Order: sequence, then C-alpha cells, then structure tokens
Amino acid sequence: MMKGAFVWAIFALTLAVLAAAPFFLEAYGLGLLIGLLGYVTLASAWGLFSGRTGYVSLATVAFFGVGAYAVAALNEVLPYPLVLLVAALAGLGLALAVGLSTLRLAGVYFVIFTFGLAELVRQLVTWYEINVTGTLGRYIFMDLGPEHIYWQLLALAAATLFITWRIDRSRLGLALRVIADDEVVAAHLGIDLARTKLALFALSSVIVTLVGAIQAPRWTYIEPAIVFNPTVSFLTLVMALLGGASRLWGPALGAVPLFLLFEWLSANFPNHYSILLGLLFIAIVFALPKGVFAFAEMHLKTRGGEKRIVPVEAESKP
Amino acid sequence: MTAALLTVSSLSKRFGGLVAVKNVSFDVAAGEITGLLGPNGSGKTTVLNMISGSFKPSAGAIELAGARLSGLPAHKIAALGVARTFQLVRILPSLTVAENVLAALAFRRERLWGVEAKERADALLEEVGLSGRGRESAADLTYIDQKRMELARALAAEPRLLLLDEWLAGLNPGELRVGIDLIAGLREKGVTILLVEHVMEAVRALCGRAVVMNAGVKIAEGNTAKVLENPEVVQAYLGGEDA
Repeated sequence: MMKGAFVWAIFALTLAVLAAAPFFLEAYGLGLLIGLLGYVTLASAWGLFSGRTGYVSLATVAFFGVGAYAVAALNEVLPYPLVLLVAALAGLGLALAVGLSTLRLAGVYFVIFTFGLAELVRQLVTWYEINVTGTLGRYIFMDLGPEHIYWQLLALAAATLFITWRIDRSRLGLALRVIADDEVVAAHLGIDLARTKLALFALSSVIVTLVGAIQAPRWTYIEPAIVFNPTVSFLTLVMALLGGASRLWGPALGAVPLFLLFEWLSANFPNHYSILLGLLFIAIVFALPKGVFAFAEMHLKTRGGEKRIVPVEAESKP
Repeated sequence: MTAALLTVSSLSKRFGGLVAVKNVSFDVAAGEITGLLGPNGSGKTTVLNMISGSFKPSAGAIELAGARLSGLPAHKIAALGVARTFQLVRILPSLTVAENVLAALAFRRERLWGVEAKERADALLEEVGLSGRGRESAADLTYIDQKRMELARALAAEPRLLLLDEWLAGLNPGELRVGIDLIAGLREKGVTILLVEHVMEAVRALCGRAVVMNAGVKIAEGNTAKVLENPEVVQAYLGGEDA
C-alpha cells in the first residue's frame, strides 16, 4: 500500500510539473513538448489495443487524420467541445465498422488490412475534397494558444494511462491476458472474444482520433498528405515496441527517446531521414523484440542470481 | 432414471469428405457420470467438441435442459452451464495458478470478482489438492498438477454439465487412484459429468452408464458393465479386421 501511495504521489507531482511547463518554456520548447505528448499518447493508445491483443494495427493515422479533419471541417460551425465530441464519435464509428469486419482476421491479414484502411481513408478524403469541396487543403483558424493544446494533450495522455491502469486490474484486463494465452480456453470460460477485442479497439481508436483533433489547430493548414501520413502509424508502432507494448509505461518510455531522436534526425539529416528511420526500425525489432522493460528485467534477474527464468513455452503460443 | 440433462440427437460432423461423427444420439442423465467410450479415432472428442462449441455440428441437435446448444458459439454455451477440460491439457501459462481459476470465476454466469473470487479460487484449489499453490506460475506445474488446475478451472464455472476429455490419461497408478476419487467426489456433490476415457479401471469405477462409439457411429449404450460385455464393443476394442 505504501508503494502504491508513493507511485501515485510521483504521478501527481510529474503531472503538476508538466502542467506548469508552459509558464517556463519558450515557444520552441513548448512545441517540442506538444509533439512529444502527442506521440506518448498515440503509442500508449496503440499499446492499449495492440500490445494487449497481439493485433498489430497500422491504422493509427487513419483515426488520427479523421480527428484532424473533423476539426478542420467543423471548427467554424460548432463550439469547440462539440467539435471534439463529434470527432470522437467519428473515430468510434469508424473503429466499430472496421473492428466488426476485421477483428476476425488474424495475424498478418489484420496488419495489411489496417495499412490499407489508412490509405483508403486518405484517398476517400482526397477524392471528396477535390470533387465536392473543390479544394485540397483546409485552413484552421482557431482561438487556441499552444498552451491550451498542450494542456488538453496532457489531460488526454494522463487519462489514457489511467484508463490503461484501470483496465489491467479489471475483468477486461484478465480477459485480455487469457485471450493472449489461449483463445480456445478463453471462449470456453465464457469470454466473448469478438466483443472484448472490439471494445478495446474502439477505446484505443477514439483516443488516437482525439490526439489528431487536439493537435489539428496547431498546423493552421491541413491536407490529406499531411494528416494521413503513414509515417505516423509506423512511428507510433516502433515507439510502443521499443518500450514494451503490453506494459502500462512501456509505450511512453519508448516514445520519449525516439521522438527526440527523430526530431534531431529530421533537423540534421533531412535528406537521409527516411533511411535512418528504416534502419532504426529494423534494429529495434531485432535487438529488443519485447521492449526495453522486458530486456532490462531479464538482465537484472540473471545478474541478481535469483533465477526465475520464464520457460520458452510460456512465450510462444500456437 | 432421472430426467435427461443433455440430449444429443442425430448428431453428425463432416470435415470435407471425412465423416467423423455420423447420426449419433444419446442422453446424459442429471447427476450421473456417463462414459463416452470407443477406440482412437472413433469420434468421441469430436462429439465433445460439438457439445462445448469448439466445432459446429454439420447436422443434428444438442440440447441442455431444453435449451439448444448446437450452433451457438463456445462462450454462449459456457454461459449456459457447460465447462470442460481438454484432451491435451490447456493451461494459461502466463497466469498464476490462482489466476487460471479466477479467470473462470470472473466470466461465469454469476460473476465473481475481487476478494470473494480470490477466496473461492483458493477453496477450489484446495478441493483438487493444490492448496496454497495459487501464487505459483501455471507453467511451472507438473503434468498431474496442471490437470488438477484445469479441473479446478472447470469446476469454478459451477457447470451444470462437466465434460472431461481423457482427464485421467497419462497418470501413474497412484495418481490415477487420486484422480478417480476426485471425480467420484464430484458425483457425490451432484455434478453431471460426461467423460471420454480410455482407462477402463476408471470407467468401471465411475460411470453408471456408457455410450460406445466406433468409426463415427454409436454401437452401444446402457449400463456400463453390460455395454463392455457387448460383443460388438469387444470387437471394436480388440480389433477384428486389423489386429
């Protein structure tokens, strides 16, 4: 219990310090923090679904872009809170439609479908803008300073981590671990596999949609190529993998160093950025397939002499 | 004889061109242990899989106390009160022993969660001879203990019908004795059981009635001792054509 209170105190303190950051930082620093928080939230939301079910999704940017476009299309029509609500509902609707039709797909088929989905949504939006609206890009002029965007993202990031923490301790969390171990046993225990996966996919997708919606006003100008850029999906995935996608703090831990590294790379090697990115992806997947947390744990345990080696069978499932 | 809890009528299962189960009908009476017997490949496990919802029947019907099971997905059948163990023991390896049982408690009809569930899980583990072992990793258990845990998990659901698929296979004589006593104890408590078993000692000791299958069809049904003397059953077991 003492340890629990301690962790909560640290969490609250960190949140307070981060919330106060806009009062001390200059524009560049705050901009960096906004980008960082965006990816911390995206990676955590990705881990909430993909890390716990094993369904690797490349649809992150589809939801992210839908959120951004909802804001671009509605910010002059509706009050801001309603815009966010509509964006969340749009993300939810898309997630349910996609989830119902694809969560029966397993493994690589799901990966390919989600990647295709992101492209499909981008092409549909492009087609609509060119043929119906008559213009490709949209401007977003809103009365929101960077500090407001930052605070919203901070609240969303904290909420995402809190929800994940709650789920891991709930019946739903147990259901997910049972499903990850053995789907046949899960079904025979009375767990509705499809509904469980769908609920988690929807929750994760709504969070991703909101990240896109909240960040949208910062760009001022958006077009499909910007907000539906597949790199967002890949970055999110590799950040979550680096930290350990199935753990509460894993994706956040992976997002911080990688985001800073990508910023530095894109500033210093703009022409070779994509190549370096690709090499880094490969390195992470090869060197740390289960994330740094698992890696560190394994090494600490073997060094500490306390042998508690997880049997190989436990790691591989049929 | 008491009323039938489970009614299987004209059940068939085809896998492509192979007919694994053909037109099989039988009843399981409430509160009894019924044996489902037959040589390897006779379709016993396929029947069990159709009752639990692992497979959908190609034809025929399965009813539990009047409610239709055939065609339902496994989680709905579980919710109607059917629990099972698997021919090749299926533990949840990344969970602890207690969590394996908690998972069943958390998703049964009358959900149990929290402190109450933990206490119930401990009690169930004690019942199958695993008292105080809840915190161990399920993957670290010996084979017999994994089977005990799987039984505790099935019992946690408080099933109206318990399906045991060769639960006694692979045990040494001492363990077999313990295993038989454990199942007999469940009968005392009024659990209805359908078991697939090759260990004849156990079948004689436990099953009041037996259904015998061979090559996908039912060849005998009735009092276990009489069924086992049936010439067709003896023929099926000892082999006529290829022995």
